[in-house]
Parts: sequence; C-alpha cells; structure tokens
Amino acid sequence: MMNQKKQLFRIVISGIIFVIALVAGFDNPILNLTLYLAAYLIVGVDVVLRALRNITRMQVFDENFLMFIATVGAFLIGEYPEAVGVMLFYQVGELFQDYAVDKSRKSIAELMNIRPDYANVKRNGEIITADPDDVLIGEEIVIRPGERIPLDGVVVEGRSMVDTSSLTGEAVPRDVAVGSELLSGCINLSGLLTARVAKEFGDSTVSKILDLVENATAKKSKSENFITKFARVYTPAVVILAAMLAFIPPLTFSDAPFTEWIFRALTFLVISCPCALVISVPLSFFGGIGGASRQGILVKGGNYLEALAKTEFVIFDKTGTLTKGVFDVQKIITKEMETEKLLQLAVLAESHSNHPIAMSLKRAYGKEVKSDIAREVQEIAGLGVQAVIEGREILVGNAKLLSEKGIVHNEPENTGTIIHVAVDGKYEGYIVIADEIKTDAAKTIKSLKAEGVKQTIMLTGDKKSVGEQVAKELGIDQVYTELLPGDKVQKLEEIMARKSKKGKVAFVGDGVNDAPVLARSDIGIAMGGLGSDAAIEAADVVIMTDEPSKIASAIKIAKRTVRIAKQNIFFALSVKSVVLLLGALGLANMWAAVFADVGVSVIAILNAIRVLNTNSSLQ
Amino acid sequence: MKKSFKLVGLGCANCAAKMENAISKLPEVSSVSINFLTTRMTIEAEREQMDGIIAAAQKIVKNYEPDVKIEKA
Repeated sequence: MMNQKKQLFRIVISGIIFVIALVAGFDNPILNLTLYLAAYLIVGVDVVLRALRNITRMQVFDENFLMFIATVGAFLIGEYPEAVGVMLFYQVGELFQDYAVDKSRKSIAELMNIRPDYANVKRNGEIITADPDDVLIGEEIVIRPGERIPLDGVVVEGRSMVDTSSLTGEAVPRDVAVGSELLSGCINLSGLLTARVAKEFGDSTVSKILDLVENATAKKSKSENFITKFARVYTPAVVILAAMLAFIPPLTFSDAPFTEWIFRALTFLVISCPCALVISVPLSFFGGIGGASRQGILVKGGNYLEALAKTEFVIFDKTGTLTKGVFDVQKIITKEMETEKLLQLAVLAESHSNHPIAMSLKRAYGKEVKSDIAREVQEIAGLGVQAVIEGREILVGNAKLLSEKGIVHNEPENTGTIIHVAVDGKYEGYIVIADEIKTDAAKTIKSLKAEGVKQTIMLTGDKKSVGEQVAKELGIDQVYTELLPGDKVQKLEEIMARKSKKGKVAFVGDGVNDAPVLARSDIGIAMGGLGSDAAIEAADVVIMTDEPSKIASAIKIAKRTVRIAKQNIFFALSVKSVVLLLGALGLANMWAAVFADVGVSVIAILNAIRVLNTNSSLQ
Repeated sequence: MKKSFKLVGLGCANCAAKMENAISKLPEVSSVSINFLTTRMTIEAEREQMDGIIAAAQKIVKNYEPDVKIEKA
C-alpha cells in the first residue's frame, strides 16, 4: 500500500501543475499535453502500473484497470483536463478512503484490545515474564494492580478489586479474595494477586471471546451475502453497459458522434466499483458485533444480529433467567412474636440441616448460629424439624406437619414455599421462601415491548400459581407452567408457527438445561455466560452477565446496525444509479462519477463507523 | 482443521471479496473467510492439504493485490 504522506505530496504537486495548465491555457499543443500528462502520471502512476499488470493477468474488471481505461480514453478524445482532474479526484478519494479504513481498523483493534500481552509466572522462585501461550495449567502467576489477567485461574494469595467491564460491560468492579475464580481479560485494580492457572491460554475466557467475535464474520448476514453476490455481477454489468453505450448509439444514429458517446461510456467505467458497499456493509455488522461484545453481549454471527433486529417473540425460561434461581426469604408473618425472633427460632431448629430451605433461612438471618442451642433435634422427613430450644418445644415445617400435630395454623395463598413455626404447641407464624425476581426483569419486558417485540412468553416447570404470579408481576403476556423439559421444545414449536414470515423467535435460557430449546429457536440466547463454557457453546447469543435487560440492549444494537447497513446500501445504490442514468443522458461528467465511486465509499465508511459506538445506540 | 492467517498489506475490500471467492473454489478448501477489517483469513481444510492450499492461496492473493503477503496469525 502507498504511503499516505507520499501520496498526499504527489496529489499536491500534480494539483499545482494541473491548475497551471488549466489557468495558463497554453497555445502550444505539445507543451499543453506535456503538462497534463506530467500531472496525470505524477498522481496516477501507481494506478497505471497496476492496470498494466492486471492486463497481463486478464483481470479486466479491476478498479485500477477501469480507471486507467476511463482516463486514457478521455486523453484520446482530447478531454485532457477531464482526464487529469478525474485521476486527481479519484486519488484524493482513495486517500480519504484509506484514512477511513485505517480509522475503522484502529477502532476495531481497540475494541479487540483485551488480549493480554504477557504473564508474570513464578518459576524456580523467580517471577519471569512469559507469553501467556507458554504458561501451563497449575503454574502460579502474579498479577499486579493495573495489569490484565492473562489466564483463567484461582486466587491463591491476595485480595483485590477486578474490573470486568471489557468482558461484561459491567461498571462495578468485583471483589476477589483467596479461592475466587479469576477470568482472563479482566483488569486487576487494587491489590497484588497470585493465582494458580486453571486453563491454558487457548481455552481461557479472553481467547474464547476474541475467537468468537473474530469468527463471527464467517456467519454472514443476508445483507452481506446480498452485497457479495451483487458485487460479482455489478462490475461486469456496468462495463457491458458502457460498451453498449459507446458503440450502439453512434452506429445507429448518424448525428451521434463517437467522441460524445465514448465519453459517456467512460463515466460508466469510473462508477463500476462496488467498493462503497463491499467495505461499509461488513464494517457495519462487524462493528455491531464488536460493540455488543463490549457491552457483555456476544453475538456469534452477522446473521444472528440481523435476526435479533426482527425479533417478534421473546420466550423466557423462568428460573435463573428472570428470577435469580436462588431461594430467599421473601416474607415473615407473625402473630405476636417479633419477626426477627421467629426467624431466629427457625434458623436454630434447622441449624444442623444442609437442606436448601435451611440454607435460605441462615442467609436471611445473617448472623452466626450456635448449633448446640437446639437440642433433641428430630428431622421429620418431608415435613420439617422438631427441636427443643431453651426448654421450649419448637416445630418448624410445612402445613402438613402442623396439621399432624393438631396445631391450628394459617393457610396463606402464596407463591413460594411456606415454613410454619409453632412454639409449645402454639402457632406463631410463617416464613415465605421464594425465588427472587431479578431487579431488571420488569424493565426488560417493558423495553422489549418498546423495541417492537410483539409478545413476551414465559416457560417454566414450576407450578401454576408461582409461574402466573411471576408473569403478572413482570407484565409478561403469556405463561406456560408445569412443563416437563420435553414440553418446552413443543411449546416453542407452537409459538414459532405463530410468527410472521420474516419475524424471529428468541429463546432465553441459562444455556445449561435447555440446550435443545436454544438450538431449535431462531435465536438462542444464553444468560450468565461468563465462566460457563456450556452456555457459550450452546447459544447463538451469549449474555455474559445475569442481567436480562441486556437482551433489550442486544436488540437495540442489532436494529441500529441493520439500519445503518441499510442506509449505506440505499445511499450507495441510489447515488450510483442516478449518476449512471445522468451519465448515459450526457448530464453527468466524470467528476460526478468519481464522487459516486470514492466519495460515496468515504461517506458510507464514516456512516458505518457510527455502529462501533454502541453507547449511543443504547440511549 | 481451521487455520488463521494475516493478510499483510490488504488494502482493497473488493479484492478481498474476490480473493475469498477464488480461494473458496480450490477443491481442497472446505471453507474460507476473509475479514477485510481485521485482515484475517481463516481457512478450513484437512491438515495434510494445508501447505498446498497456502501456496495456492498466496498465488491467488498476489493475483489480485501483488503486495499482499500471507503470514501466520
């Protein structure tokens, strides 16, 4: 590639000679031609050389070759200023295009700039700097504050805050201490960390993400495929039209001079490169995929980005997707006792148990529990626990337990698991334990609607009352409950039969238990992908965090990407066809043609670069 | 197997598309993709065929853009 500064210098020199020749208008035809030829060669010698080389290789539909024919043709019919001016203008355009391509390459490189350059490995008591590729599993690495974590591992020493934003888009740093999992690509913020390497570099998170994003371009969107096919026929078609334009009218009509029609044909040749489209449309999609990855959304192909923009139905799995999948104490209802005291009694009675319910109670209580306070602890399978605490007999369990003991109790209408508590045969109240809805779940449903999603649907294996309660709280349109794993695929197929021809159905799950549904849907979206290889494998789109609101962000980014790609296709095609038409009618000169070629390219590239700025698509 | 390469000096998007098309027509290549923006080329083929493919691809690449070199990524 030509050095840009050198090229600029040539353009300036050639431009000066061109202006002199134009203004002076020398009468001496030889001097005149020499000046124009000098200006032409200074600026266009590389184009001429490439064109000549291409003739020997039979590459006649090459941009350089067509530019060469167009300008030499102009020389031959005596349009010297046109020939030089067009070459000059073309090279200015190419220079701008080079700048624009460089700029977009830099932006993309920045986007991908999460690859760690080195690792500090402890070997033989020394810390040496090594290529992350050469570090083995089980070796210890040291990560200083400010450094990027080179490989996935587990902290063995130190405590720090870790910035995961380049992987997740999450601004709040994570706390890590001994035993915490470290993910490569994140940045260590505050303390010195020593970690034991758990995965080779090639299998580490950062490599996986980069691979996914870089290979995402292999799965092309429909627009990209259209452009590829279009580009293949466009150039030959324009060249054939040009040939017809040059010869048919002069041979048919006696008053049509050859020079005039050849000149018109030459303007066609200048517009014959589909470059604007070939660069800008893939750039838009690549930019969209790269930008989304910065928000913690991995899209595995341009085709999925395009599908996301057409999402009509979003189907959610409930547990772990819209809800946290962690059972927590939601409510404590007491008769007279303080709620804190009731919880304490329940926790004490359950202190020996590792049952999920006991764990939720302990979490809610939050204080250290001495397990020897409860005596004579008896677990009653399927019902609850009986114990003696400070001389009083405590019963903690479900309604059946209390009924069996003949204790009158409430039978609340509720969506979770109810834990009743009785003391010395007297009913004291109950605790509700339920899966908690994620904080951004309701917002997600609203923004999906705002993005034009027709219907939101929830599938769950949970019981009817629970599923319907969650759906109502979130504003989900439709809910199917008490489904067995196999039923989910069937429901999905029913829903897919309802969509319009162009519409797409997205399924959102945790990527672990719902692989068949993810695979069957148009767009399979897995949540919580960070650190979960299964989720990354199974889905078409991976949300690195646990936030469902990222789905709405993904659709927003997808829509903006597709919109910008379409703008470019429409803009480039319409300018080109208008100039072709005007050129055929003799109303557009070569200058307009050069604009339709390189000018349009530059504008389309600059427009496509906007996609990279995902922040503005999320506003 | 899949192998990635850098196309050093790749400057013309339309040429990249033509290269991709031409390389995809090599009988030993099961898939190829050239990303103009990252200048990365990924070729999928049998391991034993790879060396021959690289030589053929280099020829094709030179045909469209003589200054471009295929390098290991």
